[in-house]
Amino acid sequence: MKEQLKTDFNKIQEVSNFSNRDIEIKKSYLNKFIENGFPNRKQENWKFLDINQIISNNISDLSFYNDYSIENKVDPSIFIDDLEHNKIIFINGRIEKIDFSYEDKKQIEIIEASYINYESKNNNSLIDLNIALSNKHFKILIKKDYSLKKPLIIYHLTNEKMKSKNINLRLDFVLEQNSSLKLIDFFSDDSEKNFMNIFYNFNLDRDAILKNYKIDKSLNKNLKYSFNNINQKQNSISETFVFSAGSDYFKNEINCNLKGEYSSAFINGIFSLDDNKQHEIRTTINHLVENTKSYQLIKSVLGKNTKSAYQGRIYVDSKAQKTDGYQLSKAILLDETSEFNAKPELEIYADDVKCSHGSASGSLDDNSIFYLMSRGLNYKQAKGLLINGFLLDVIEKITDAEIKDLLKKMIGLKK
Amino acid sequence: MDTREKDIENLKDYKYGFTTDIENIKAPKGLNENVIKFISNIKKEPKWMLDFRLKAFERFKLLKEPDWQKPKYPKIDYQDLYYYSAPKSMKDKPKSLDELDPKLLETYNKLGIPLQEQARLNGIAVDAVFDSVSVATTFKDELTKHGIIFCSMSEAIQKHPDLVKKYLGTVIPTTDHFFATLNSAVFTDGSFVYIPEGVKCPMELSTYFRINASETGQFERTLIIADKGSYVSYLEGCTAPMRDENQLHAANVELIALDDAEIKYSTVQNWYPGDENGKGGIYNFVTKRGLCKGKNSKISWTQVETGSAITWKYPSCILKGDNSIGEFYSIAITNNHQKADTGTKMIHLGKNTKSKIISKGISAGFSDMTYRGLVDINSKAKNSSNYTQCDSLLMGNKCGAHTVPYIKNKNFDSNVAHEATTSKISDEQLHYCQQRGLNPEEAVGLIVNGFCKEVLQQLPMEFAVEAQKLVGISLEGSVG
Repeated sequence: MKEQLKTDFNKIQEVSNFSNRDIEIKKSYLNKFIENGFPNRKQENWKFLDINQIISNNISDLSFYNDYSIENKVDPSIFIDDLEHNKIIFINGRIEKIDFSYEDKKQIEIIEASYINYESKNNNSLIDLNIALSNKHFKILIKKDYSLKKPLIIYHLTNEKMKSKNINLRLDFVLEQNSSLKLIDFFSDDSEKNFMNIFYNFNLDRDAILKNYKIDKSLNKNLKYSFNNINQKQNSISETFVFSAGSDYFKNEINCNLKGEYSSAFINGIFSLDDNKQHEIRTTINHLVENTKSYQLIKSVLGKNTKSAYQGRIYVDSKAQKTDGYQLSKAILLDETSEFNAKPELEIYADDVKCSHGSASGSLDDNSIFYLMSRGLNYKQAKGLLINGFLLDVIEKITDAEIKDLLKKMIGLKK
Repeated sequence: MDTREKDIENLKDYKYGFTTDIENIKAPKGLNENVIKFISNIKKEPKWMLDFRLKAFERFKLLKEPDWQKPKYPKIDYQDLYYYSAPKSMKDKPKSLDELDPKLLETYNKLGIPLQEQARLNGIAVDAVFDSVSVATTFKDELTKHGIIFCSMSEAIQKHPDLVKKYLGTVIPTTDHFFATLNSAVFTDGSFVYIPEGVKCPMELSTYFRINASETGQFERTLIIADKGSYVSYLEGCTAPMRDENQLHAANVELIALDDAEIKYSTVQNWYPGDENGKGGIYNFVTKRGLCKGKNSKISWTQVETGSAITWKYPSCILKGDNSIGEFYSIAITNNHQKADTGTKMIHLGKNTKSKIISKGISAGFSDMTYRGLVDINSKAKNSSNYTQCDSLLMGNKCGAHTVPYIKNKNFDSNVAHEATTSKISDEQLHYCQQRGLNPEEAVGLIVNGFCKEVLQQLPMEFAVEAQKLVGISLEGSVG
């Protein structure tokens, strides 16, 4: 793998136009990655699902070079047509289209940057890999007091041309004071056995609002990793929703730094897994100043041979008095081969706080099934109704009515 | 001065902090095969025991000291410790208490554990461990009548080798983690309990551990076997002198419950916690593990952890037998610069197994407290259930309280529920108590005792009173 990485790295540098300084920095991250390799279960954060092992089991010779010179055809049938939206389209990791036709162009700046530094404190070797190998960064800046009229959907599409590849994507978002963005990540794959490594960095200025919905619904045999780093200033709000179902492996990491007073972070997630799928959500909420709030709700419905993991961490600094932190994870295990793992963690250094977490897992409640069947439903209907009710709870947390409706339709909770 | 104030006055300073000036026999400083042979030799152990130790030592050489825990400590130089220390007078073991060195008797009187049986009215059999050896075991005759074996580990190795051979190291193998393996290599003494089939032990059994000598590590090993249908309640208490150095205490405790047996293990740990500035104190790195081997067996751990500079232990239950039950009740209090990383592991292997975890953590001053627990439901553990509740109370913003539960559910028939909260004592509660005439300290004491009540209730009566006082005293000076 080491040789492959080095040759692929050189190929990427040849076709891109990075400055010498950027190449040097990228090289140092590459060396760091080569030294550490893919994370494995010996690292605390990868204890439940070992990406190193999963990659070596699923993808034989992984290669890191992607030819971006050829344009891919965009198939409009994939677009979500119930909702007017702006688009960014990635096909096989190549940006094919950026379309902000619904917006005031003066209020949005799209800056192409070859290299944007990120101070990675958490020793995450996948971030090192991302910085070393990603070839084009876009920084999207939303100006002061501007709210996007329509949501932005980022399509992550792949086609059958791609196999055994690693894609590294990186986007930066800057939300200036009192601006707002609704962002949907929509995944749809026609390829298999690839590893995607997506890294978003968000900077939210005062009073900014970010809503990010990640939808991984279409069934595919790819492995995905997504890392959201969100820095929040005073009074800002971030809402992240993850619907995790389609890929063979998907790990979503969300790291929120609540740096301004009265800022808040909401994370909601659904795992709806079947057939050998292994998914994980790992969150870290850093409450760094007074009067901040976070709320997390994660629910899993697990079918045959599936595994879901939730690692949630709430950190409360000694300065962060009056913190309100809450985590709840629940799981329904439908089959004897399904497995649920949780590590809801609290690390608290301030005394005037209200922090709690809960976790519960088990099978469907027999009494409820009996109740519904005695009212004339058959077993399958009763089970379906209970599961829908269980998941609806999370969907209802979505604050945007349009997108809530869209999701309900997608999951089949609404016609 | 009313009695409560007097109690507080008495206990305000660490009253067990005295040393006993007594002549010691020590093994040469350091850790090597010769020291292990020395220990084995002085205890006149059979060859299989020495082999057990040497095997563990071989393994130990390959192991690395773990560093994933929350409380960090300066590196321990394992070559700069004495691994064996015993009062000289114990070389030829006294046949009865009358022959026991008066100085030793006096020490235990001072600690409130009079060894003369006539002085004991509350009927608890005590095994007293002083540094590396067991000095006395009381109520032997009474226990023998029921066929119960309660003696020091060394004596058990001599007199009941079959039992020891059969069970020692079956719950904590010599290949376990760093400190457990170290203990297997160099353990010196401890208690051995065997309750025969169908016997309900008529009295509480108790061990009292005392570290006296300086630069000494204490490595005791306790093995409790409850045969089919038996019951035993076992208490453990610990104290140590005040010293500026940090002393290591790495014990192993193994419990085995066969069919329908029940073991209740209670600990009140009050090792010297170090002074206000965090100087000195005991490193309490203990491995405690119980195996519910038989059907319908039950193991219950109750602990009140108030002492030690660093407490790092996870009393665990392996629920192997069908319908077996594991329980863990814990109060951990840290003040000043104390640190604790404690919790439990419940490993469900058998069908219909149940476990319950109630953990209460209180941190004050500059201390740091972590609850770390594992609930692992195996795919074969059908219809199992677990309930976990861990609450933390913070006093002041210089301290920390952390909760790190690991939950693994591999069985769809099983239910796991976990709840945790962290908060401070509410102003309303304090106000209410003060309005009714309590001063702030008393109010906090009352609220804290209420917070801990669920756990205190699990303790045997004699311990509960002591523990309740201890809870109040440990938090002394942390209000305001």
